[in-house]
Amino acid sequence: MAIELLKEGFVPRILEWQVSTVVKVRQETPSTKTFTLALPNWIPHRAGQHYDVRLTAPDGYQAQRSYSIASSPEQRGEIELTIERLEDGEVSTYLHDVLILGDQVELRGPIGGYFVWEASMGGPLLLVAGGSGIVPLMAMLRHRQAAGSKAPGRLLYSTRSYDDIIYQQELEKLNQTATGFEVIHTLTRLQPEGWNGYNRRIDRTMLEEVIQPLGKGLIAYVCGPTAMVEAVANTLVTLGIPADRVRTERFGPTGGV
Amino acid sequence: MSSIFQSRGFLGKRRQDAPADRVPPGQYVTPDFPVLSAGPTPRTPLDRWSFEINGLVSQPTSWSWADFQRLPSRYFMVDIHCVTKWSKLDTHWEGVSIDTLLEAVQVDPQARYVMAFCDGGYTTNIPLDEVTGGKAFVAYQYDGASLPPEHGGPARLVVPQLYFWKSAKWVRGLTLIEKDKPGFWESLGYNNHGDPWKEERYHGD
Repeated sequence: MAIELLKEGFVPRILEWQVSTVVKVRQETPSTKTFTLALPNWIPHRAGQHYDVRLTAPDGYQAQRSYSIASSPEQRGEIELTIERLEDGEVSTYLHDVLILGDQVELRGPIGGYFVWEASMGGPLLLVAGGSGIVPLMAMLRHRQAAGSKAPGRLLYSTRSYDDIIYQQELEKLNQTATGFEVIHTLTRLQPEGWNGYNRRIDRTMLEEVIQPLGKGLIAYVCGPTAMVEAVANTLVTLGIPADRVRTERFGPTGGV
Repeated sequence: MSSIFQSRGFLGKRRQDAPADRVPPGQYVTPDFPVLSAGPTPRTPLDRWSFEINGLVSQPTSWSWADFQRLPSRYFMVDIHCVTKWSKLDTHWEGVSIDTLLEAVQVDPQARYVMAFCDGGYTTNIPLDEVTGGKAFVAYQYDGASLPPEHGGPARLVVPQLYFWKSAKWVRGLTLIEKDKPGFWESLGYNNHGDPWKEERYHGD
């Protein structure tokens, strides 16, 4: 783990709560929506960071959750949060079922300084996503494009079915334009007719094939359910990628997929 | 931390499972044990594992895995609070109290802080008086079984009264120091102290 210690004289910025306004809501997949939130005190984030969302009930009861930023720091004045609706969730169900255009949401951020990628860090980049773990990686891809980065790389994206692919069209476009970045899907449960891509959970053989053209000097970002992240990160190390070049972010309970 | 802002149409459906005196502000109770770490899980074979205390002590000491197992251990039942908002109540651990370890090394009077160091390069800083007096331990069992690697096994620090990033996984030792300095997450925007009851999540909280 590379440790980036505080620079001498660096004054940490205090993260204040601010009231954002919902300016756009887009249904991405049956279970995910993207909320575009306009911020009165927007500051540029680093791709991979998150914001905290705080909800307050009339009697003062509050609930907070962290959500990864999907938009690039080049998209000024607002952030996009892509959020999966969890059936037993308290905050995600509110955001999905209640929140509409023009509503206000309390936020603070950006937060997190390790699971980040900036164009100046270069590549080659290996991004590995499971389900809604794509969100912070999408911020990196959008930043790469907006910043005009030529860093080569590959995204390996595992979803249950084709319909569960978030940002499907945007990823498809990235694949079709010769930008030096390739998107590879694996559909673990249900494949459309004629699908000739991967159709299983990410395993050692798949990772070996995906990283082969990138070489051992890659920087890896892995985000998804705990079990997937654990397996992918540890397999990358056994494939010869130094542990300090594998950065992870996880969600969900132990063993949950 | 009172706020005049109200979220339109939000009532809060999980509050019933949260005894107010057990759950710090902004936290929710989960039955799961989520895993968070910044990189791959380190795996040190037990025959190459050691736990070391160094820095401002009279007798820097290193214990092998076998030595460590022979130290007096005890059971701890504690509530844990992660900065990512989940809390888990009544978790069961077995391990060695930091007091037991510090007795062996004889702490110099000018020592004020400890820096925990770990396999994988992780570090975290804690005031000395928050790991002594029965408040912290090095755990090698969780729920009656060996601590799994993804939860910090073979051994992790547990400092329940601070956010759980202070409870360093894969801990390999403590360095006693006089002047405080930030560890890994403390250098990356997280609070230097991390008291969940004061909601010290990030810099400036």
